[in-house]
Amino acid sequence: MPDDQSAIMVAAPQDTVETATIIMRGIIKRFPGVVANDGANLEVRKGEIHALLGENGAGKTTLMNVLYGIYHPDEGEIWVDGQRAAIHSPQDAIRLGIGMIHQQFRLVQTHSVTENVILGLKESFFFPERAARKRILELTEKYGMKVDPDARIWQLSAGEQQRVEILKALYRGAKILILDEPTSMLTPGETKDLLNTLRRMTAEGHTVVFITHKLEEVIEASDRVTVLRQGKVIATLETAATGESKLAQLMVGREVLFHLDKKQVDTGPVVLEIDKLSALNDKGMTAVVDLSLEVHAGEILGIAGVAGNGQRELVEAITGLRDATGGRIAVNGQDITHVPPRARIERGVCCVPGERWTALIPGMSIADNLILKNYLQPPIGRGLFLDRAAIAAYADGLIKDYAIMTPDRRTPIKMLSGGNIQRALLAREIACQPALLIAAHPTSGLDVGATETIWQLLLAERERGTAVLLISEDLEETLSLSDRVAVIFEGQIMGLFPAKDANLEQISLMMAGALRLPVRSTLRQAQGSAYLAGEPA
Amino acid sequence: MKIPRLRFERRLSSPQWLQVAALVVSLLLAMLTIAVIFYALGVNPLIAFQRIFRGGFGSVYGLKETVTKSIPLMLAGVGLTLAFKGRMYNIGAEGQLFMGAIVASGLALEFSEWPAYILLPVMFLGGFLGGALWAAIPAILKARFRVDEVLTSLMLVYVASDAVKYLVYGPWRGTDTRGFPITDEFSAAAQLPRLIDSRIHYPTLILALLLAVLIYLLVARTKLGYEIRVTGENPDAARYAGMNYQKIALLVMLISGGLAGLAGVGEVAGIHFRMRPPEGISPGYGFTAIIVAWLARLNPLAAILTAFLLGGLLVGGDAIQIALNLPAATVHVFNGVILLFVIAGELFTRYRIRLEF
Ligand SMILES: Nc1ncnc2c1ncn2[C@@H]1O[C@H](COP(=O)(O)OP(=O)(O)O)[C@@H](O)[C@H]1O
Ligand SMILES: [Mg+2]
Repeated sequence: MPDDQSAIMVAAPQDTVETATIIMRGIIKRFPGVVANDGANLEVRKGEIHALLGENGAGKTTLMNVLYGIYHPDEGEIWVDGQRAAIHSPQDAIRLGIGMIHQQFRLVQTHSVTENVILGLKESFFFPERAARKRILELTEKYGMKVDPDARIWQLSAGEQQRVEILKALYRGAKILILDEPTSMLTPGETKDLLNTLRRMTAEGHTVVFITHKLEEVIEASDRVTVLRQGKVIATLETAATGESKLAQLMVGREVLFHLDKKQVDTGPVVLEIDKLSALNDKGMTAVVDLSLEVHAGEILGIAGVAGNGQRELVEAITGLRDATGGRIAVNGQDITHVPPRARIERGVCCVPGERWTALIPGMSIADNLILKNYLQPPIGRGLFLDRAAIAAYADGLIKDYAIMTPDRRTPIKMLSGGNIQRALLAREIACQPALLIAAHPTSGLDVGATETIWQLLLAERERGTAVLLISEDLEETLSLSDRVAVIFEGQIMGLFPAKDANLEQISLMMAGALRLPVRSTLRQAQGSAYLAGEPA
Repeated sequence: MKIPRLRFERRLSSPQWLQVAALVVSLLLAMLTIAVIFYALGVNPLIAFQRIFRGGFGSVYGLKETVTKSIPLMLAGVGLTLAFKGRMYNIGAEGQLFMGAIVASGLALEFSEWPAYILLPVMFLGGFLGGALWAAIPAILKARFRVDEVLTSLMLVYVASDAVKYLVYGPWRGTDTRGFPITDEFSAAAQLPRLIDSRIHYPTLILALLLAVLIYLLVARTKLGYEIRVTGENPDAARYAGMNYQKIALLVMLISGGLAGLAGVGEVAGIHFRMRPPEGISPGYGFTAIIVAWLARLNPLAAILTAFLLGGLLVGGDAIQIALNLPAATVHVFNGVILLFVIAGELFTRYRIRLEF
């Protein structure tokens, strides 16, 4: 390998070779139609927390998948601890001490934590459980990660499952840990715990690379940050020497407005009225319990909470995809508790569901996706037929009005970027002139620019007098868009208050189920009382 | 030493040219595999292929036979494009074809004095209903009890086939058939006209072509077709948009079963003029129709062409069975190999696969 050695000398100055544990040089990875990584350089120092920041689609995941051996780069070189590395598979990466925790966990739901940790390891053939269990307990102790080694995965929260993934990597001897958007599914409290754990690991000599598109996390947790934009590395900076607005500008490539232009809107009559609603989840367990809410015309009511606390079931009960097992739902005074979905659509209930692809048909054209809600009515539907000219005019109109970036209306919707897909979805729902617009996680996975436009569309609906029910895990989003905020935990409303009175600490407690305020579901009651009088549950 | 390895990367989209290329390459590989089989059977593959082609397409007689056999393939295949579009994996067109044949034969034997212009339409209508109802069973079982329609529709093939056997060996066995398990010949009114010097029962052919166009228009231009496409591509989105999933599933099954039933009517009223044991009525048209639909990429108009091609393969297969003394199952082996490769070929349109050293 003498050639490789000399190459290092040429490529990297002596001092970085000393401290850099990973060097990636000129990484190019092409996918059909996109260059996901376009000559990316990355240098990660031993013992640091290195943030990889970039908008969605910037190529962060791809770059790390290259490092972890999932993708093979078209060009470029990788050095690990001063050695030229040929990483052809995750096994190779693990051998080099690199572990990766993906956005989607890869755990066997019905197995225990211990079983998952040792799954696939060679030495785990003969009754290795006891030794493994002991080692897992040591690791959890050492890094302050609470997990029961005997729990089954399905019993664990997202945060706990993530810890299992981290344990898996550590157990396999990972010295360098890559985490892909690790905080996207955590509560603020869990996020804090995770960052603590990461700090303890770096104190023990581990190195952490974490991917994110959230600026405040970069500032809070990282030692250095590398910014990616459209596959290229824009800069690597000492975190201490930079700030949020500087990073945002590097990430997006232009100035970003951080404030929202939220107009004063007089709220109208109650549009959505939910009274003591109960519903079950797919496993038949209670997911929504005696939940009561009112949403007024011209108001955004935000529901904050960690995903999996009944939000999805609540939305589906309102749209009619899930049976209510108790209680009552009314829209504009009409009881819709047990009417089929189509009748609810006709009464003005429109919905952007959290799982985008349950409301879109990936392989069908944008035009065909845009007519999903109104294909039955003229001018789109005429008699038994669809009017193709009307479809074309309608689709082109929406594409123009909502600035959906697409070659044309015939392009399959799955070919669009996340932001444009979401804009198309929202355009379709808004175009029906809803009385009630439900928007679940409307900006999840979107970059700053796309998020901004989605927010503006929601605010415009509010001004038009639509009742908007916003469901989001992003607290910042919920607080800045909503007029009132409800916190949901295990299917119950833990507190409901005007957004301007929000207290982050209390919200965190409510999201974790540790605090419950007396329920005041109506606007009048909430305005009439100081919500801060709440008692810990 | 490095062992080369295969890597799979998911594609976000698959361009048209790739889909065509995958199809062509799949067919070539299928041919290659079939060539190996011929070789193993001690037959020169080149000669065999040449005989197949000449048998199916190389003479006027062959072409006529090819068209004749493409009629049931077209009817059943067009129906299956619709079912598959709606994500109902109807594997039992063969059984639905038999039911169509049974109903049509029953009508022909019972009302033999009716004039042709009443009897034949009634037979087609009855055959359609027979096939449709037979296909409704899996659809209802799926809607009610979530039973997989692949299994039920396939199992019902054997029930229908045994029903045919029972009828021709039992109550419907003819009076002047010298003991053969067949019915009496239908009255002239129940016999479809044919093109001169051929077995092409053109009313059925015209019906098949018409239905291919109709189904195409249904899928591409109507509200119902839109609902079928949405349901087939994403049932969640269909539910979300308030479409009645079960109604649509039932409907596509009824139509595809009905079309297979029409194929059965054509066989008894246009080819045999009587009911025979199941092997006599269909050499597996209902199964071959699956390949017709799949090769046509679920496009009913393309199914006209693929039905013709596979009809030719059936005729050519018959020809080499006799000429080269090959077992009767040879053609089924072909069909299986072709389907296998075509489906495997789809993998290439969905993943990028490369060899890495
Ligand atoms: N398997 C793939 N096939 C084709 N394109 C891909 C694939 N994976 C990622 N891409 C594309 O590469 C670009 C970068 O994606 P990704 O690395 O996931 O971005 P990030 O993680 O920064 O959001 C995007 O345009 C994405 O669509
Ligand atoms: Mg990513």
